[in-house]
Amino acid sequence: MKNKAPFILLTPGLILLIVFMFLPLVTIIWPTFYDGKLTFGSYLSFFQDNYNLSVFWRTLRVSLIVTLICILLGVPTAYYIARTSKKWRGLMMAMSLFPLLTNSVIRSFAWINILGTNGVINDFLMKLGIITEPIKMLYTDSAIVVGSVYLFLPLMIITLVGVIENIDLEMVEAAETLGANRLTAFMKVVLPLSLPGIIVGSILVFSGTLSAYTTPQLLGGNQNMMLSTFLYQNAMTLGNWQSAGVIALIMIVTTIIVMKLFNMIAAKFDKRGGEHA
Amino acid sequence: MRKQRGLSIISMLVFAFLIIPMIIIVVTSFGENPSIQFPIQGFTFDWYLNVFETNSLIQSFFLSIQISMIATILALLVGIPAAYALARYSVKGRDILKSFFLSPAMIPGVVIGYALFQFIVIQFQMPIFQGLLLGHFLISLPYIIRVVGSSLEQLDFSIEEVAWTLGCTRVRAFVKIVLPNIQAGIFASFMLAFINSFNNIPVSQFLSGPGVTALPTSLMNYIEYNYDPTVSALSVLLMVGTVILMYIIEKTLGLASIS
Repeated sequence: MKNKAPFILLTPGLILLIVFMFLPLVTIIWPTFYDGKLTFGSYLSFFQDNYNLSVFWRTLRVSLIVTLICILLGVPTAYYIARTSKKWRGLMMAMSLFPLLTNSVIRSFAWINILGTNGVINDFLMKLGIITEPIKMLYTDSAIVVGSVYLFLPLMIITLVGVIENIDLEMVEAAETLGANRLTAFMKVVLPLSLPGIIVGSILVFSGTLSAYTTPQLLGGNQNMMLSTFLYQNAMTLGNWQSAGVIALIMIVTTIIVMKLFNMIAAKFDKRGGEHA
Repeated sequence: MRKQRGLSIISMLVFAFLIIPMIIIVVTSFGENPSIQFPIQGFTFDWYLNVFETNSLIQSFFLSIQISMIATILALLVGIPAAYALARYSVKGRDILKSFFLSPAMIPGVVIGYALFQFIVIQFQMPIFQGLLLGHFLISLPYIIRVVGSSLEQLDFSIEEVAWTLGCTRVRAFVKIVLPNIQAGIFASFMLAFINSFNNIPVSQFLSGPGVTALPTSLMNYIEYNYDPTVSALSVLLMVGTVILMYIIEKTLGLASIS
């Protein structure tokens, strides 16, 4: 009886996951390796095509830039929130959570209004007479970067606040008392201690940007495809299911590799911290 | 605490960056001009009326509520027992099992959406509604496993054993002792999974058909063909919904429980 209980409790979930996730994944990925015999041809030819490669590299480049910007803006903001009085902290956390709980279509739509040809920025600059022709900002890689930072920065901030709140502020004060200026204290004490949070946040932001569909679709347009929009186009517009399967596996594998890499970086920094101590 | 000017300036700029785009949407929803502009000319509620008169949007709103509700409840029914088994018993290969249950969150949404589209709609010719429901069930499950799992890990199971000793059946002890002790976690995971499912785009994008289109997909289609303040008005209504949900969460669990 005692041995059967966990089995009974786990089985419904396992069956649903195997039948409706695992099998469907096999259905789309198996044909990319097998056409009468086992072959890697689909993958070789995918990476030999310049256009495919440009989509692949754009996806990685955009995800990396977005992650770096989110770290640069997220760490100081999270530190600021964590050190603010309780009353304001609640409001600031709510202000960071609100965008996160708002639909990503709405959040991308906001940037169409701002970056578009007749958008807020072009309108403003033309009224001031700084420019005479609207600048093309929408449907560029930069638009995807801005939209993705907008999408994922709150995630980085919230992840980091949780970690930084647990850092003993007396350590920062001790560093300052011992003669470190604020910047040094921040770099030498706060930053190393928030590293686990930065790593978790970076994994969330990077894999989120890598697989986001709405932002590249609405802000990148057809000229600036990312893997997710490229998969959709191949599957639903072109009906090229072989390519769609190839892109699907590339997305899964890339996500896994990136996670491993970030964890390796974290482990390396941990060791260095140990040597100092 | 000493003031740190550089830090405050960066943080204020970040908050401005997060909030201003939302404010622009709110303002443009009241403009009289049929194309979106900022600052607006005139003042009207017409676009809000237009939201309620656009059938495709209203229909998708109710479909999305329905899908997210059923999918999240299904995920609770399947997820709570699984999370309990993983926390309570030393099952063989527990870590692998747990990663498997969390894996829908690791796989890109477009991949899950496309795989379900191929499997359910193309191969088995099942209705799109079922596919959409299953897709949303899959993306909701990891939230339940993670949040309910962490409340179970903090639970002292000896109180359940006491109930057994006192003659309670296993099921009765679970319902009367375990469930009430993890109800905050269940509610938090329900809220998270529901909001995430309601806002999901990548899975829904592949699983849409005549009369079966989730709200975000409808909204996306609408933006591609008409660029008018109706979208702003609907966005404002959805933001009001988000604020109400946040208020409910804050009053019941505290926002910290979902962040």
